[in-house]
Amino acid sequence: MSTLNHPPENPDIRALKGRALSLRRKMLNMASGKGEGYIAQGLGMADCLAALYFHELRYDPADPRWQDRDRFLLSTGHYSIAMYAVLAEAGYLDETELPTYGLNGSRLPMSTFDDIPGVEIVGGSLGHGLGQAVGMAMALKVDGSPARVFCEFSDGELQEGSTWEAAMGAATFKCDNLVGLIDCNGIQADGPVTVKIDPVADKFTAFGWDTVEVNGNDMEALVSALANARKQDGRPKAIVMRTTPGFGVPTLMARERAHFVRVDNSEWDSLKAELEKENV
Amino acid sequence: MSEALQAVGRTRGMGELIDVEGKVTEIAPFGRTLAELAHERPEIVGLTADMGRYSDILPFRDAHPNRFFNVGMAEQNLIMIAAGMSKAGKIAYCTTYSVFITRRAYDFVSIACAHSMANVKIFAGMPGLVNGYGATHQATEDINMMRGIADLTIIDPCDATELKQVVRAVADIPGTVYVRSLRGKVPVELGSDYQFEVGKAKVIREGRDVGVISTGYMSARARDAADAAAGQGVDAAVLHVSTIKPFDKETVLSFAQRFDRLIVAENHKTTGGLATLVVEALYEAGIMKPLIKIGLADSFFECGSQEYLEAKYQVDLPHFMRAIVEGR
Ligand SMILES: Cc1ncc(C[n+]2csc(CCOP(=O)(O)OP(=O)(O)O)c2C)c(N)n1
Ligand SMILES: [Mg+2]
Repeated sequence: MSTLNHPPENPDIRALKGRALSLRRKMLNMASGKGEGYIAQGLGMADCLAALYFHELRYDPADPRWQDRDRFLLSTGHYSIAMYAVLAEAGYLDETELPTYGLNGSRLPMSTFDDIPGVEIVGGSLGHGLGQAVGMAMALKVDGSPARVFCEFSDGELQEGSTWEAAMGAATFKCDNLVGLIDCNGIQADGPVTVKIDPVADKFTAFGWDTVEVNGNDMEALVSALANARKQDGRPKAIVMRTTPGFGVPTLMARERAHFVRVDNSEWDSLKAELEKENV
Repeated sequence: MSEALQAVGRTRGMGELIDVEGKVTEIAPFGRTLAELAHERPEIVGLTADMGRYSDILPFRDAHPNRFFNVGMAEQNLIMIAAGMSKAGKIAYCTTYSVFITRRAYDFVSIACAHSMANVKIFAGMPGLVNGYGATHQATEDINMMRGIADLTIIDPCDATELKQVVRAVADIPGTVYVRSLRGKVPVELGSDYQFEVGKAKVIREGRDVGVISTGYMSARARDAADAAAGQGVDAAVLHVSTIKPFDKETVLSFAQRFDRLIVAENHKTTGGLATLVVEALYEAGIMKPLIKIGLADSFFECGSQEYLEAKYQVDLPHFMRAIVEGR
C-alpha cells in the first residue's frame, strides 16, 4: 500500500489566518481592477484555500506538473479570483499579473483554464470537477503514488447529476486518496439555493463517504477536518463547508445579490477598508 | 500592464449584444412576450435551470408564479421535466444557456423531446460568441449539434422584433423547438413589416452585386455592412435565414442564382452550421459560385468582451465590409 503525502503536524493557525487575509486582499484588488467579479465566493473560500495551500497540500510551484503533487481541482471555474489569489500567494503566479483578472487578452480570465500553472482542469461548465478528481485518484492509486486529490465543488453543483455519478464512483473505487470540499455558501446564480439539497452530509455518508461538516470560515475546524481526511480506510472523504459569501467584508456579507458583484469604483476602497478593520 | 489589456470597456449586461450602440432596443423581449402569451394560453409553463435572471424569463415568473419552475442547476433534469410536463398536456418553455442545453442535455433533447414530438420550446441563451467566459460558455457549435436531431425545429432570430414573433409562433409549431435567444437590451433591427414564418427565409435588403445569406443577429450586421458598402459602390442583398431547420433550400437557391458571388454569415463556426447547409444545397443543385464564409474557425475561443472577440476572430463589421466590398 502506498504512503500518502503527509503534511506536518501542529498547524500554525495564526499564520494560516494571516494567509487567508492576504488572499482576501488580493481578491479585492483584482475585483476592483476589473470593477466586478465573483468576489463573494472568493472571500468565502479564502480560509479553506489558505489551509490547503499552506498546510495540507504537497506541491512545488517551480514544477507544476510534478507527478506526485497533490492535486487541487477547483470545480467552480467562476471562483477563479480565489484560485488566482492562492496561486500567486503560493508562488505559481507572479503577483503583478493579478491586476489583469478578467481583462481582454489576460492569461487570468473570469473562468479558470488548465493552461494556467497550478490549475488542473478547465472550469466554468459546472459539475465537471468531481468526476475528473475520481479519475485522477484512481490513476494515482494504480501507480502507487502518494499523491492525494482535493476537489472543491459547490452547493449549486450538488444539483448536477454528474456530481452524484462521481460520488458513487468514488466509493465504488475506494478512493480514500480523494477529499471532496463542498462549498455550501447558500447561494447560486438566481439567488438563494433553490433546490432541496440538504442534508448534504447525510447524503455523502449514505453514498459511502467519510463525511464531516464544518464552519468553512473557522480555520481550526478546517484544519482538523483536513487532518481527519488523511485516514486511509478505503473511503473517500467529504468536508461539507458552510461558508459565508463575502466573509471578512460586512457589506458584501449583507448583500442580497452576491453571486456576481459589480460596484462603483469608489465603493471598492470602502470594501477594502472594511476588510482591514475586521482584521485589526 | 500592456495597453491591450487596459483597453476594456465596461461590461454590458451579461450577454447583451454589442450592436446596441445608437439603436432602438427592447428590454427582455422573450420573457415579456411569454408573460403576455401565457395569459391567452393557460397550458404554457416556464422553466429554468438557475438561469432565470440571465435568460430573461423573470417577467413570466412574476406574471405567472404558479406556472414557473426553477429546477436548479440541473440541465438534464430541466429537459426531462419539460418533456414530462409536455406529455401531461403542457407547452413547456425552458431556458438556460445554449451550451448547457446542447452539450449536457443533448440525449434528453433528442430522445425525451424530439423523438416524441414533445411540446418543448427551448430558448437557449447566449448562442455563439456572445458570452465572454470562453469555450465553456460559448455555444459555437450548437447549430451543428442540434441539426443532427431529427424532427427538431431550429430558429436563430435576428432581433427583438423577430424574437417576439418567434415566442408566439413556437407555441403552434408541433414538437420540439430550439431557439437561439437574445437577452437583455435587444436591438430592434427589422422593420415593423417584417413577418416571421417558420421555415421561410426572407430578403431583408435588396441589392444587385453580392448576395449575403445569414442568420441570427449577423443578419442585422450584414445589413449594416451592406448599407455602408453602398457608399463604396457595392450593392449587397441580404437573405435572412432565421429557420435553420427545416432549411428553406428553395429560397436560398433562387437567391443564390441571382448573384455572381455569395457570402454566408453566422454567429457560429463555419463548419456544420448555415454555411455548410448552403454549400450542400448549392452543390447538389449544381450551382458553383465564389463564396466567402463569415463565421468562426473550428477552435475553442478565448475569454473577453464581445468587441474584442469579434475583432480577434474576424466576424466584426470591418470584416463584413471587406468581404462585401473587396470580396475577400
Ligand atoms: C453546467 C452549468 N450550468 C449552468 C451554469 C451557469 N452558472 C454559473 S454559476 C451558477 C450557479 C451555480 O451554483 P454555485 O456554484 O453554488 O453558485 P455561487 O455559490 O457561486 O453563487 C450557474 C447556474 C454553468 N456555469 N454551468
Ligand atoms: Mg453556491
